[in-house]
Amino acid sequence: MTCNASFIYSDKLLNYHFHSDHPFNQKRVQLTKELLQAAHLLDSAEIMEPRMATDDELALFHDHAYIEAIKQASRGKLSDVDGVEFGLGTEDTPTFNGMHEASAYLVGGTLTAVDQVLQERVDHSLNLGGGLHHGFKRKASGFCIYNDGAVAIKYIREKYNLKVLYIDTDAHHGDGVQWAFYDDPNVCTFSIHETGRYLFPGTGNVNERGIKEGLGYSFNLPIDAFTQDESFLSSYESAFKEIVDFFNPDIILTQNGADAHYLDPLTHLCTSMKVYERIPQLAHELAHKYCEGKWVATGGGGYDIWRVVPRAWAQIWSIMKCNEPMRGSIPSLWLDKWQTESNQALPIYWHDPPEDLPVIPREAEINEKNAKTLSNTLKYTKCNQNG
Amino acid sequence: MLVEQIMKTDVVTLPPTATIAEALKLLQKHRIRHIPIVNEDNNVVGIVSDRDVRDASPSIFEKEATNSELKNELKTIMSHPVVTIHPLDFVEEIARIFYDEEFASLPVVKNNKLIGIVTEKDMLYTLIQLTGTHVQSSHIEIKVPHRPGILPEVASIFGERKVNIVSVLIYPYNDDPNFKVLVFRIQTINPTPVIEDLRKAGYELLWPHNILEPKL
Repeated sequence: MTCNASFIYSDKLLNYHFHSDHPFNQKRVQLTKELLQAAHLLDSAEIMEPRMATDDELALFHDHAYIEAIKQASRGKLSDVDGVEFGLGTEDTPTFNGMHEASAYLVGGTLTAVDQVLQERVDHSLNLGGGLHHGFKRKASGFCIYNDGAVAIKYIREKYNLKVLYIDTDAHHGDGVQWAFYDDPNVCTFSIHETGRYLFPGTGNVNERGIKEGLGYSFNLPIDAFTQDESFLSSYESAFKEIVDFFNPDIILTQNGADAHYLDPLTHLCTSMKVYERIPQLAHELAHKYCEGKWVATGGGGYDIWRVVPRAWAQIWSIMKCNEPMRGSIPSLWLDKWQTESNQALPIYWHDPPEDLPVIPREAEINEKNAKTLSNTLKYTKCNQNG
Repeated sequence: MLVEQIMKTDVVTLPPTATIAEALKLLQKHRIRHIPIVNEDNNVVGIVSDRDVRDASPSIFEKEATNSELKNELKTIMSHPVVTIHPLDFVEEIARIFYDEEFASLPVVKNNKLIGIVTEKDMLYTLIQLTGTHVQSSHIEIKVPHRPGILPEVASIFGERKVNIVSVLIYPYNDDPNFKVLVFRIQTINPTPVIEDLRKAGYELLWPHNILEPKL
């Protein structure tokens, strides 16, 4: 099966750049795009320019005062003291020149992807520059300024009035998006992430299930540090399938952080590339089964920008377009171009060789605990089905 | 932290002459477990818990119950005298009362008048705030020798990296009196630079630990 898909890209997406030592580095998007081109998987006709989100669009989720503060900071006119209230000027989200425009392009990219899919020009659309799920209504945090996922869902609700299922596979809890729709029964959020016991932001407990009318439409699957492929995938598949069946959405929006990999420096999960082949496959399959294919995917976290993110993200596109992950060797054209810039040896295969994977002594215990958490996450969807 | 900072001021009360049925209704309506009983001057003269009310209600196994018990006045079942606290008491002190006395609700009284209530649940929420887990943060655990000056030494490393500390807890290290465990929650998604600095300074991290390289 092949599908029509569009890949949102412009060099403008790379302007979201805090400073050269900052772990959030959008070079990942460029690396992924070039990897796909080297693999002859991405035609120029499939690439769509993102537009910049308007202030009114940003204000679908963000406060005007916050947008104004970002604009001031963007021109170097926001003092440190005034920035504190908005989470600006911290180590995580320092200010930089042009930050408003750069951030508004990321949001615009996700809105472009949404329009592409909902105006039925394509079945699926991918904006790897987006996925900034920690952005709050009036606060920047966790490397995120404007929350493109939250703005895009508000946009879908207002403009198209559809039921949205948001799936977040970033290793960090998708808190900004969850809280944005916590009382909304037309938006269902599901985040699988490393438990917040140690990891930022700390939330994402199973018992965060929504409030008021939204009660029962927020799902969290916090898995243990050092979780590996098998347990990650079996819990994730069961949860996703059960939730999509329970909610029956019109469109699926996925946030595809690539930081649950064992090489990622910021988290403690230990998955391999196998997880990043399966995650888009499942989204693809279920979007066709429940939403006539309507699937918008974004990027997200991912801090090993050389060895992990380009491969992981390229697989999303491969699945969108061909329903098959890439296998075998990484194109030498790409390796030759980038090896000199990377201080790590670049991977030569699409998959991770099994002998490279870490051995986790507590594996059985971790898997047992994750299985227990899964049944807790799904406790009430099961009740509903049994009447 | 003071009681007045955590107490609820919107208190559901009843007079001693009210009936058990009224108490039952209020307990269910407000989903609460305790009702302070006050006289016309708002002095606390007793307290009634959901269990007191249940004990005084007819058994669900008695099919022929007339529910006449429910018409009894609360003064026949209320507990008194009542242990009350003052708005300027410390939260630590009342935690001790909850633990020692094994009850779950304390009326707050000032000039002999009821002005608030603190329940075990309020107490637990305060504990959550003390741990810092209610705000976005990352967790770091450090084993340190138990000696004067160690806390500022460690804390200065966070300060140099401009990382905001959300909470600090100091735990005993197993049963060894020579060490303590410092638990910091810090307001960043990227604790890596701080972790490197701590390791370089020779501190032993209990989390994240070293079992898996290159993962931190």
